[in-house]
Amino acid sequence: MSTLTGTRRRRNPRLGWNLLGLLVFLVAGFPLYWMLNTAFKPAKDAIDPDPSLLPTGLTFDNFGRALDIADFWGPVGRSLVVSLAVVVIGVAVGLLAALAISRFAFRGRKIVIVGILAVQMVPLVAMIIPVFLLLNDLGQYDRLTGLIITYLTFILPFTVWTLRGFIVNIPKELEEAAMVDGCSRTGAFLRVVFPLLAPGMVATSVYGFIQAWNEYLYALMLLSQKNQTATVWLGNFTTKHGTEYAPMMAGATMMAVPIVALFLLVQRKMAAGLTAGAVKG
Amino acid sequence: MSAAETTTPAKVPPPRQAPPPPPKDRRPRGQRTSGGALAPWLLLAPCLLILALVMGYPLARLVSLSFQKFGQSQLWGFQPAETVGFDNFAEVLGDGEFWAVVVRTIVFAAGAVVLTMVIGMALALLLQRVSGWLKMLINIVLVASWGMPVIVATTVFKWLFDSDYGVFNALLSKLPGVEMVGHNWFASGPEGLAVIMLLVIWGAVPFVVITLSAGLTQVPKELEEAARLDGAGSWGVFRFVTLPVLKPIIVMLTTLSVIWDMGVFPQVFVMRGGHPEPEFQVLNTYSYDRAFVVNDYGQGSAIALITVLLLLGVVAVYMRQMLKIGEVE
Repeated sequence: MSTLTGTRRRRNPRLGWNLLGLLVFLVAGFPLYWMLNTAFKPAKDAIDPDPSLLPTGLTFDNFGRALDIADFWGPVGRSLVVSLAVVVIGVAVGLLAALAISRFAFRGRKIVIVGILAVQMVPLVAMIIPVFLLLNDLGQYDRLTGLIITYLTFILPFTVWTLRGFIVNIPKELEEAAMVDGCSRTGAFLRVVFPLLAPGMVATSVYGFIQAWNEYLYALMLLSQKNQTATVWLGNFTTKHGTEYAPMMAGATMMAVPIVALFLLVQRKMAAGLTAGAVKG
Repeated sequence: MSAAETTTPAKVPPPRQAPPPPPKDRRPRGQRTSGGALAPWLLLAPCLLILALVMGYPLARLVSLSFQKFGQSQLWGFQPAETVGFDNFAEVLGDGEFWAVVVRTIVFAAGAVVLTMVIGMALALLLQRVSGWLKMLINIVLVASWGMPVIVATTVFKWLFDSDYGVFNALLSKLPGVEMVGHNWFASGPEGLAVIMLLVIWGAVPFVVITLSAGLTQVPKELEEAARLDGAGSWGVFRFVTLPVLKPIIVMLTTLSVIWDMGVFPQVFVMRGGHPEPEFQVLNTYSYDRAFVVNDYGQGSAIALITVLLLLGVVAVYMRQMLKIGEVE
């Protein structure tokens, strides 16, 4: 008897929590669902004052229309160039700095760490005016290089900090063992630390890539219309005939799906890598 | 920027075990062969150089600009910039509109932060109680909405809340006695900002939930049990066991949220089609507006600088917390 009421008491609350959880799932996922739903439904169904919540049909017309309205591949290509350049330079430079603050004890180390953390806290929007003037003076306005250098500053602090986290999780003893066996310090790093660090570096790179790809304000301000990047392309998604919502959602889908997929892949890896290290104590 | 913070909370060690004393400089100094004291600085040089050029210099310039008269003619070099002392600040601080913007920004940020934290905490606790499959589904949705580019999310919300064809109005109208189709949410500032706040919260909650969930797994079960044996109800356990253990993470998340929510820009900017109306202006869009629309770069910089100063206290708390976490390693 007592066990029976016990299980019943346990099961009933679980059911209640599950119903609540299901509600959360539906509400939190609804914007995503509605984006996809609108993107794939016939355009005339999209402008229905009483829209059907379920898919009404499957069409790719909206995607074609979205590609027609404004040049899509140009902005995407530019975004790719900028993001890749930022990631390659950022991770290379960031790795060196991360090594310095994690593997060397030197005077001023703490100040450097505080400085890097502080830089991360400077609101980027506040910096747009002087950065705009600086690039203007350097003749870098409307150049991708100007945007790349600017993005580096907000990718770098985070890259250094994250890579540092990965490096401190690799035991020093491994490196020392290699050095005892006759490796130079650089050799020990390349043969022992680097391979262990590779997954962390990949994750950090993808993360940095996403950040650079998603940036909007600087891309809008530092490049002219003819050089716009992908986020700006979407931000301006209004035609002469008003806003065409179905193609706009198709454009949003094209922008979001690759990024969300990348994010889903990496988010777990980064969290896993770091928690594994934390347990070590 | 969010990504760096994402990863740190996972590193918070379980509070119950005292960290072993860090093995500082076990090796004699002579064993450090390559480079000696110079090596770390050489490694740091490229990083510091880039930061100094594109962060340090503009930061200094921001300060100097805010003390200058700098408009269109100075931008094109027709006239040299002239120093005007505190004129920009005096003008900004004496302007009633500026104070309205400050109050609006603070109310907006406070609302968004409180709701984000409360909802985030509630969801993290809920996730502990639902079945495994549902937990996975919710997690996927959370991570997916977290990964959504802000511009995409803003565009989607614009569509959800469209006055004529938006699904939100259609759904509300399904309620008996409610007729909302055609209602324009952006006709009034408070209503429009409420929608924007919802967008901000929707984007910010996943990070909070996932971080707090990771933290919750580190709350020692023995402590919870002990509290329960001592007669604490679920609220008591939460109040006296869970909250204190999670406090460092909560402080970090709250300070970060304040910094982010005081700094909303693209959400407001894109939602209002690049020209936010006066009743939609928050500090960042206001500063942008002064600089790039009114072409008064001096005043725009003054406003940006005031924003930075307003946030300084919050940043200090955040940094202290981060350094505390960093020291344990």
